[in-house]
Parts: sequence; C-alpha cells; structure tokens
Amino acid sequence: MLYLPNILFIILLVAGIGYFARNVARLRKNIKLGKEVDVSDNPAQRWKNMAKIALGQTKMVVRPIAGALHVIVYLGFIIINIEVLEIIIDGIFGTHRIFAPLGAIYDVLIASFEILAFLVIVAVMLFWIRRNIIRLRRFIKPEMKGWPKTDANLILYIEVVLMVLFLTMNGADYRLQQMDVAHYTQAGVFPISQFIGSFFDGMSVSSLILVERTAWWLHIAGILFFLNYLYFSKHLHILLAFPNTYFGRLKPQGQFRNLDAVTQEVKLMLDPSADPFAAPAEGEEEAEPEKFGASDVMDLSWVQLLSAYTCTECGRCTDECPANQTGKKLSPRKIMMDTRDRLEAVGKNIAANKGQFVADGKQLLNDYITPEELWACTTCNACVQACPVSIDPLSIIMDMRQYLVMEQSAAPTDLNNMMGNLENNGAPWPFNQMDRLNWAEGK
Amino acid sequence: MKVPTMAELFAAGKPPEILFWVGCAGSFDDRAKKITKAFVQILNKAGVSFAVLGTEESCTGDPAKRAGNEFLFQMQAMTNIEVLNGYEVKKVVTACPHCFNTIKNEYPGLGGNYEVVHHTQFLRQLLEEGKISLEGGKYKGKRITYHDPCYLGRGNQVYEAPRELIRKLDAELVEMKSCKQRGLCCGAGGAQMFKEPEKGDKDINIARTEQAIDVQPEIIAAACPFCNTMMTDGVKNKEKEASIAVMDIAELIASAENL
Repeated sequence: MLYLPNILFIILLVAGIGYFARNVARLRKNIKLGKEVDVSDNPAQRWKNMAKIALGQTKMVVRPIAGALHVIVYLGFIIINIEVLEIIIDGIFGTHRIFAPLGAIYDVLIASFEILAFLVIVAVMLFWIRRNIIRLRRFIKPEMKGWPKTDANLILYIEVVLMVLFLTMNGADYRLQQMDVAHYTQAGVFPISQFIGSFFDGMSVSSLILVERTAWWLHIAGILFFLNYLYFSKHLHILLAFPNTYFGRLKPQGQFRNLDAVTQEVKLMLDPSADPFAAPAEGEEEAEPEKFGASDVMDLSWVQLLSAYTCTECGRCTDECPANQTGKKLSPRKIMMDTRDRLEAVGKNIAANKGQFVADGKQLLNDYITPEELWACTTCNACVQACPVSIDPLSIIMDMRQYLVMEQSAAPTDLNNMMGNLENNGAPWPFNQMDRLNWAEGK
Repeated sequence: MKVPTMAELFAAGKPPEILFWVGCAGSFDDRAKKITKAFVQILNKAGVSFAVLGTEESCTGDPAKRAGNEFLFQMQAMTNIEVLNGYEVKKVVTACPHCFNTIKNEYPGLGGNYEVVHHTQFLRQLLEEGKISLEGGKYKGKRITYHDPCYLGRGNQVYEAPRELIRKLDAELVEMKSCKQRGLCCGAGGAQMFKEPEKGDKDINIARTEQAIDVQPEIIAAACPFCNTMMTDGVKNKEKEASIAVMDIAELIASAENL
C-alpha cells in the first residue's frame, strides 16, 4: 500500500506518454503520404531560421500586442516545464521537491515559475477577450466556426486550469512547509501562491494535504491530458513550429519551383533532332506520365503536409491577404486547414482499409478548396511573409492551379486568352512580336 | 530615340555591357512605354553601354507560370535563354519586377545565369557613381508615397533602392499604412492583370489606392508597370487624377533631370 501512489503515478505517466507516442506515429505516417522533396541543403541556415523564428519568436512580435502576450505564454510553457521534470521525479520516487538542495537557485526557479504562471493567466485571459469579446476580425472568419473556435477556447481554458492548479499546489505546499509538517521540507520562494495561502487559513493539516495532493495530481494529469489533446488540436504548433521553420523556404519568396518533369518534356519539344515517336530505349520502361500539380493531399510534398499540421489558425495570413481583405473567398488559413482536414480523412481511410487508400469520391480540390478561392490569389506572398512559423500557403495554391491548368485545362477564359496570346505572339496581349520596338520610334 | 539593339551591336563586334530587358508592358502598354522611354533617356544621359533585344525579346513567361501553366512558362524561358546566351549576356536590367524576379530566380535552374538588377537598383548605382545627379529641386518638398511591388519587395527584399532615390529628390517620402514587408498588393500579380477579379466587396487596387489617398500624397511612386496601371485606375476611380499623379521612379528621375 505504501507504494500505491508511486505505482499509480507510473501507470498514469506511461499511459499518457504511450498514447502520445501513438499519436506521433500517426502524425508521421500521414505526413509521409506527401511527395519526397529535397530539403537537405544549407543546414546551417535552416538551424538559424529555426532558432530565430521558432525559438526566438521573431515573427510573432511583428504584431506587438499578440506577440508580447504570446512570448509570455511561450516562456511560461518552456520554463515551467522544468518544474514538470521535478514533479515527475517526485511522483515516481515519492519525494518532496527533489531539486530543493539547489538552494538559492531553487528559490529563484520556483519564484520565476510562479511569476510566469501568474503572467500566463493574465495573458490567456487577454487572449480570450480578444477572441470572444473584442472579436478581432481574423478570429471570426467563416472557417473559424465550429471546432476551430471551440478548440481555440478550450486551449485557453486548459491553460488557465493548469496554472491555477500549479499555484494552488504551491500555496498549500507553502502553508504545510510553514507548519513544519513532516515530508513538506522547507524549499522554494512563493511570491504568488503565498497569497493563495490565505484562503487556507484555519484549515487542518490533513485538509491542507488533501488540497495539495489533489492539486498536484490534477496538475500532472492535466499536463498529460493536454499532451494528448495536441494531436486533435491546432495546438500542435508548439511542437511542429520547430521542424516547420527548419524545413521552411530558404529561396527568395518570389522564386517559384520549376517542375523538372516539364523541363524534360519542353527540352524534348525544343530539340529539333528529337523524335517524339521514338520507342523507349532498350530496357527502359515507358514511365507513367507524371501528374502535374496537385488535386489531393498525396500530390503535395511532405513539407506542405507538415505545414498543414503546424498551422495554429492565428489568421495573420488571411488578415494580410489582399483578396481576403477585399471580400473574396480566398483565405490562406483555410487552405492550410482544408489540407490538414483532408489529410486526416485520408489517414483515417488508410487506417480503416488495412493500409490502402480506398477512393472515397472526394479530393482536396473542389470538395475542400474551390477553384474560385485558388483563382483569387495574386501570388503577392503577403501570407507567406505573415506566417510566424514559416508556412507557405501560396505553394499549395500554385500546385493546385497547375493541376487545374495542365491536367484539366480549366483556367478562366480570360487567362486562356492571355496564354493564347503568349503562345502566339510572345506577349500576354494580342500584339505582334515584330512591333516590340515600336515604342522607340519618334522622339 | 537612340535605342541600340543587341543584334546590331553584336554584329558590329561591340557587345554592350548591359541588356535592358524591356518586357511586354514596357513594349506595348501606352502608359508603360513612357516609363521605358524615361529609363532609356537616363541610360543615354549617363552614357551607359546598353542594348535591347527588340523584336527578339519575348515574354519571360511569368504570367503563364503564375497562372499554373508551367509548360508555357518553360517554353518561353528556354527560348529566351537561348537568345540571351547566344548574345553572351552577362548583366540584365529591367523596369518590370515580374521580369526581374523571373529572370533572376527562375531562369538559372533552366540554364540562364545572369546578374539581374531592377532599374531602381541600377539608378541608385548610377547616382552613387555620380553618373546622374538629382539637382534642380523639381520635387523638393513634394509629398510622395511609394507603393512596393510584391515581386520587388517581398519577393526579392528590395525595399531601400527606390526609397533612397525618392529621398535624393528632396521629396517628402510618406509611408502608407501597409508598406515594405507588409505592403498591400496592387491586385495585378499572379496573372490577375489579365482576368476579371473574383467576386468580392471591392477591387484590390481600390483598397490600395485608398491607403495611398489616406496619406495625402501629390505623387504615388511606382516601380512596376502593372502596379502603375492599377494605381492609375484606382486614382481615376476616386476622381483624384487632378491632385495625385502616379509616376514610375524612372520618370521622376528623368523629369528631375529635365530629360
């Protein structure tokens, strides 16, 4: 009986981490449905980007209010996790504040955890107000109805509950320390929770221990719950922001990818000595012609799919999008959310059909993202610039446009006219190439 | 107007140092042709050794690529690269950010490697080298706001060259609410220039023009022929053409120099 709490704790810990590992495996599997892409170049620059953008939050603070609040919650999350390490060790071995021998350092640590926890509560409340009372434009767009809205608020509630439990646990612990209760050795400085302590005035030692233990258990259980909530939530960004900024774009934003498969065909077309009807060389199978562009998630690269899971639906992309600002249907955030939702559906389909995708009569194009959205894009890169975690929604829009034009010949009529001109006259307008220098005539 | 072509100079054994890539808008669009001429006037005044391709030039393929037609883009690109490499072109200057971006970033992968500069970068260099001077004070104290072309600014991180030139005119440079990295598109990019916009509340060029009008400029400076068209239309739509002029940086400099 003596070791029952320790055993219970270990079971809880293993179950929590085990289920999370299962989720991570699912995530990896789904991301790997994307096409291979070479991102092995320039690792030094990639590490630098990750350090600056994800760790250093440089793009978050472009918007100072949201940025500052986010930095508080982010620091709180990272730093308070040191305390979680202590909680885990205490839980396994039944110790009380195992890091206490650190002495003065320990006091500083606990004090900073407490201050951060308090600031996190304040920041999260402000976040909630921005979302639900002020109702900032980017939080009430059509794609933010239903689960995305609930999800966003749930995250805020969970964070407040975790911080309150943390402070309650400390407050009760501090009281017990002051009362020289055995096991509760004096350790730590409690600048915030000492005030909570006054709620416990007149409580018996056993009630205080009950409060302390309840808060302690609920806090660690809550953290394990939150860990497992990530997979079902936009909150995955706290983990995926790091790989996503590492694998993010290094080339100038204006540079779009040249399709190698097209290059080969165009070279063949322009080569006067090439015989288009030539039989394939000996031993060379005639390869299935590659599909151009993307109509479903499997046509996208795994980096694009990783980005879809990384998106935390902050909506900065959509807020900066000129098409969205002028009332068009396009929302770069929705492009990412649709990609993720479709990927989840495909992943479930594969899991339900013994590892094989069985056509479900749906695809990313039309069933999730409409051509009207795709054609509203001006390729201005405002969304790419705005994303605090290096997501490139424009690359998905372009891949889908390529499918529409090259596989389906489904460009808007105006664009077909433009391309016809380009093909015939070398200009998007119906002017003769021989007139190209006419501007120089006269003065 | 004295505009040497690559074919002439190459045949004469005097290949120029620089190719001026005019682009489709600069060649055919009436408004953009004025920008082309202004830039050529500056090049001549500064004694720059340059030539154009003339009838051998063809669209870079940018609008086809952004519309999703990679085939047409690469056909255009490879044909152009063949011409450029044939003339052993080393350095290209262009007044169109779309041509600039495409030749600079997307041609190297297809065998076209050149030093590519935008005309605002080139003009700044001429100024630094003392080949042009911006005295005369024609624009002294004028309120000028600068509209960042997406493919020059965000696309290629060129924000300062055009702004420096405006400051050198002794003009008062005022920034719009959205500028530099967060500049609002004029609405023409991604082949939108050639199609009707999707259904919405407002056209993008109107939204951008409203931002410009908010800072009460006398001149909206542009650095892209397509932005120029969009902003000019926006100003007309707001019936402000009497008080606000839309001008390319090259035009500002050419007129400051009384060319």
